[in-house]
Amino acid sequence: MGVTVNGEPRPLVVGGAVTPHTSLLDYLRELGLTGVKEGCAEGECGACSVMVARPAGPDSSDTSEDGSRWTAVNACLPPAAALEGQEVVTAEGLGTPVALHPVQHEMAVRGGSQCGYCTPGFVCSMAAEFYRADRRPGEAADGDAEHGANGFDLHALSGNLCRCTGYRPIRDAAYALGAPDETDPLARRLERPAPPAGATRVGDETAAFVRPATLDEALALLAERPDAVLVAGATDHGVEVNLRGLRPALAVGIDRLPELRGLDVRDEEVEIGAALTLSEVERGLAGRVPLLASLMPQFASRLIRNAATLGGNLATASPIGDSTPVLLALESRLVLVSAQGEREVALADFFTGYRQTLRRPDELIRAVRVPLPMAPVTAFHKIAKRRFDDISSVAVAVALQVDDGVVTRARVGLGGVAATPLRALATEAVLEGRPWSAETVDAAATVLGSEGTPIDDQRASAAYRAAMLGNALRRVWEEQGR
Amino acid sequence: MTTDLSRRPDGAVVGESMPHESAALHVTGHALYTDDLVAGRTDVLHAHPVTAPHAHARVTSLDPAPALDVPGVVRVLTAADVPGVNDSGVKHDEPLFPDVVMFHGQAVAWVLGETLEAARRGALAVEVAYEPLPAVLTLAEAIDAEAFQGGQPTVARGDVESGLAQATHVFSGELDLAGQEHFYLETHASLAAVDEGGQVFVQSSTQHPTETQEIVAHVLGLRSHEVTVQCLRMGGGFGGKEMQPHGFAAVAALGAVLTRRPVRVRLTRNQDITMTGKRHGFHAQWRAGFDAEGRLLALDATLTSDGGWSLDLSEPVLARALCHVDNAYWIPHVRVHGRVAHTHKTSQTAFRGFGGPQGMLVIEDVIGRCAPLMGLDPREVRRRSFYAEGHDTPYGQPVRHPERLEAAWGQLHDEADLERRLADVAAFNDAHDHRKRGLAITPVKFGISFNFTAFNQAGALVHVYKDGSVLINHGGTEMGQGLHTKMLQVAATALGLPLELVRLAPTRTDKVPNTSATAASAGADLNGGAVKDACEQIRRRLVEFDAGRGLEWHELVSAAYFARVQLWAAGFYRTEGLHWDSTAMRGHPFKYFSYGVAAAEVEVDGFTGAYTTRRVDIVHDVGDSLSPLVDLGQVEGGFVQGAGWLTLEDLRWDTSDGPHRGRLSTQAASTYKLPSFSEMPVDFRVSLLERAHEDGVVYGSKAVGEPPLMLAFCVREALRQAAASFGPEGVSVDLASPATPEAVFWALSAARDARPADPADAHVVEGAPGVEPDQPPPDAPELHPRSEQAPAGPR
Repeated sequence: MGVTVNGEPRPLVVGGAVTPHTSLLDYLRELGLTGVKEGCAEGECGACSVMVARPAGPDSSDTSEDGSRWTAVNACLPPAAALEGQEVVTAEGLGTPVALHPVQHEMAVRGGSQCGYCTPGFVCSMAAEFYRADRRPGEAADGDAEHGANGFDLHALSGNLCRCTGYRPIRDAAYALGAPDETDPLARRLERPAPPAGATRVGDETAAFVRPATLDEALALLAERPDAVLVAGATDHGVEVNLRGLRPALAVGIDRLPELRGLDVRDEEVEIGAALTLSEVERGLAGRVPLLASLMPQFASRLIRNAATLGGNLATASPIGDSTPVLLALESRLVLVSAQGEREVALADFFTGYRQTLRRPDELIRAVRVPLPMAPVTAFHKIAKRRFDDISSVAVAVALQVDDGVVTRARVGLGGVAATPLRALATEAVLEGRPWSAETVDAAATVLGSEGTPIDDQRASAAYRAAMLGNALRRVWEEQGR
Repeated sequence: MTTDLSRRPDGAVVGESMPHESAALHVTGHALYTDDLVAGRTDVLHAHPVTAPHAHARVTSLDPAPALDVPGVVRVLTAADVPGVNDSGVKHDEPLFPDVVMFHGQAVAWVLGETLEAARRGALAVEVAYEPLPAVLTLAEAIDAEAFQGGQPTVARGDVESGLAQATHVFSGELDLAGQEHFYLETHASLAAVDEGGQVFVQSSTQHPTETQEIVAHVLGLRSHEVTVQCLRMGGGFGGKEMQPHGFAAVAALGAVLTRRPVRVRLTRNQDITMTGKRHGFHAQWRAGFDAEGRLLALDATLTSDGGWSLDLSEPVLARALCHVDNAYWIPHVRVHGRVAHTHKTSQTAFRGFGGPQGMLVIEDVIGRCAPLMGLDPREVRRRSFYAEGHDTPYGQPVRHPERLEAAWGQLHDEADLERRLADVAAFNDAHDHRKRGLAITPVKFGISFNFTAFNQAGALVHVYKDGSVLINHGGTEMGQGLHTKMLQVAATALGLPLELVRLAPTRTDKVPNTSATAASAGADLNGGAVKDACEQIRRRLVEFDAGRGLEWHELVSAAYFARVQLWAAGFYRTEGLHWDSTAMRGHPFKYFSYGVAAAEVEVDGFTGAYTTRRVDIVHDVGDSLSPLVDLGQVEGGFVQGAGWLTLEDLRWDTSDGPHRGRLSTQAASTYKLPSFSEMPVDFRVSLLERAHEDGVVYGSKAVGEPPLMLAFCVREALRQAAASFGPEGVSVDLASPATPEAVFWALSAARDARPADPADAHVVEGAPGVEPDQPPPDAPELHPRSEQAPAGPR
């Protein structure tokens, strides 16, 4: 029992200091691995980025299905207890000052560090991309500013902030990386499966983290403990613990339950396991749901997508969760499961109020079902101050069926304009049955601009939010209609 | 002419391009920062603040007793515990434990616990009662209420009224420009202990160890020789650790003295943003006159900075703003008045540029808004107004090397292929209705030295050991800017040794005393002078001892030791030729000016106002670079940080009358956004100005820390021009600061309709005599002659 850190087994409890709420970050620092830094404690800056061995899952390489994938995650968010039995690598585990890892070498010689505080986190995020099995030189499209000639995807670093360098030398370091050496032990490690997630119990009756071994066990526990807090990627939970002092008596880890991790493309629908991470969904779908594909690069950062799950994004019921407008436009349905069995609800009916849903305390979201075939005209527009890793002030997802020049079906999902994510029903009504034309778009855009009840806050003014709603539709016409 | 200080020997180690001296430690996670020293220790107590939920309130009672019932809580620190002076600043206007809360989130007490969790729970248990008081929050409220603090200086030259009367074009307007959160990745941290010698030893993430030492001493009622402060390195400073660390260090030291255990203070990000000072936001009112060719003739302006709850560094920041409102431009008639608003916010403080950016933004905004109204390209207005040989600044300092502005301007036009690209931008804009590009070029002139002459001194301590190895200490701190790298190169050059023989030890007040803050970009100039002095003393002795024998270094050192030659030296440097009268706001405060020119090309989406920076070209003057890779990093990093300030970073306070009035609503990384990879220029090209030797400065170099930040003005001006392209020819665009996508959207929407972005905003008013800026009352206080340091006050 414990965590394998930089190849060495370490006990989970060090000097009695690890509680069920202790983050992976604090645990690693307690072990003396102070290269892992706290910059924000809410998954925004990446100074605490570490690599974790995760199941490889599908990708475009031939060999990865049964192997592992070095996956960069924020250490500040998950409880250390959630990593029991897992393998973690920090910057200290990659190289030493006298024997630098290739990533560390490129970062050092190119001026990729100034104050150095964000650097170990950058190194871990960069190393995970360095080891990505399907990273191939030249895979990037021409003129793509976000891929190097070595196939390095700059989005791998989208969750890391640097206040000193201005990023150019870090990008140069990333784009200068070659392939891992064949003898590189961390590369060799990927040939073997990732460690399974075994049953875990840390803590006592006042505070505990429990990872049930099976779905049945999890459901039985939920039936017994309505106060239990569900934790998957912990990207929301960790923020609540770190910034708002949440200390639940019982946290239940559900992110590795196999029943929640399926991905099935059937004739009539796509079923996506609620506990798949967004990165896994992105890779698994490989563009088969275009609207989800356009969402993914805009959803938080790679570090967050490597941990956050679709189920978690929906269950928190945030009005500014980015996946909800998209899944609303896709007319998705949720599969809820409890010890009594399963039920299916339309996502449009799921949100009942601000951060309130139909989910009963004894239920889990098991899967999301997206019906097929999908509408041919789709777009996802996220309005935010920053393109990488920001929270929407407004998000608009549009899915239109156009037959013989007439809009036959319109679904528009909105985020950021009300206490819950919502469908723009009035706009949909204006669009349906009308010719797909500039006039229709103008009429619908005016209606869309008055949907919801946007507010003024630090992210945007209400007037801007309203303006962005209408303009989203005008832009769809401009880009896909003409 | 080349002085001894600037002459560079053959084979010099300075000038070699090399990585940061700690790069290998940074990338492997082995570089230690203050709070890393706590890991794995069980003897350390952790401190957590008790923070006030009001912007302004009297503390009517404070009961720590309930906290002491929380398991693991060891002690609660309150005002009653302070043996010395209850003040965390140098002006005695910053109580460490206040009885009147002056901003939302201010700490009124600190709880010490065996764990941070215990301290946090203890802080929640402390019972505090408040009597809320009215709070002044915005600059507009402060100006209406005439809530000002400190001196109200004026820089003046010529006769503004006659200048405006002679002008062909007169415009007046106003500008609100935003502050900026430092967001150094390492938050404030201190670790204090009483050591085995009985002295108070404080490890602190501080840019100003000497002042941290002085504040800790006065809080504890000790003398400076009883307190030592060490700074290993900082995870970023940017000015935010010049004045702000002192109080946190004092809390840690007070706790250590009272409990006889090491005490750690480390702020979370939210605490750091909530509790510590930021770049000052400013309000400016201005009238400007231009001649028929568009040259600046007269500027009349009043700048009001948002100082927050205490003076801190607000007066010198304001002074630098007034001394930089000219930027690179000769303005014959100038009157610029300044004042510091007193608001119930964090105490705004130093931030890279130190008021210079705010002053310079005013004139760049004036030009950007007025040029279209004169039917001129702003690029032409800028170039025609450049300083030339023989010109003085408004405060009376001759402008040395103004030809470097023209040289950099020309070099940039060539390297950036500017004329062709301007034509491309125009063609793109003609061909696209919903996307527009802008390409703007702006200059920078920035004065180097502390305005306050006394601060322009530095010390160093250099040891040569018997085995020939060299250890250097100097008074500057390392915050990522590469100062230590440069100092190693200076020492190796001055001693004529390979770099491997020289090592640098962390900054400590018991090695080099009475140091100035590592600030004002002057760290390398000052400490480099001191290190060089110490090394040359040693070298002179050794050369004399060698007497032409040509002994190899190790042999020479060993022989010299046995001949009783002193192998170590203390070095000292002071910048010559400086004088400054802060009452008259005249003098020669700067050793020299740094110059730079930058061009940015942006593309704006008309549907949303979102934009990308397609390409940035920079030509910057660093003299003869001491360390080119370090300097390049400073130029690029400063530019992106400046672009963040101007376009993205958006501090918002709750200014409503609701229950959270005064609360900073962007107090987290999730709400306060700094540039990420998505904001960096897609194509980013930096060159150093050619033929740029700077006489009279260490090895011919120039300072580099702050000036590049202001190169980012070109991004803002490019956005303005792109927004204007959505409208008719000659439209003047008001662009809010920061120019967030939303601000750009409103600007381009207004340009389309050829009207002001927000009718409530004061748009540019055309015509003489214009709207006169507020003038100081006859009894307006002057700047104290030593306003950068302690005034005469109770000690």
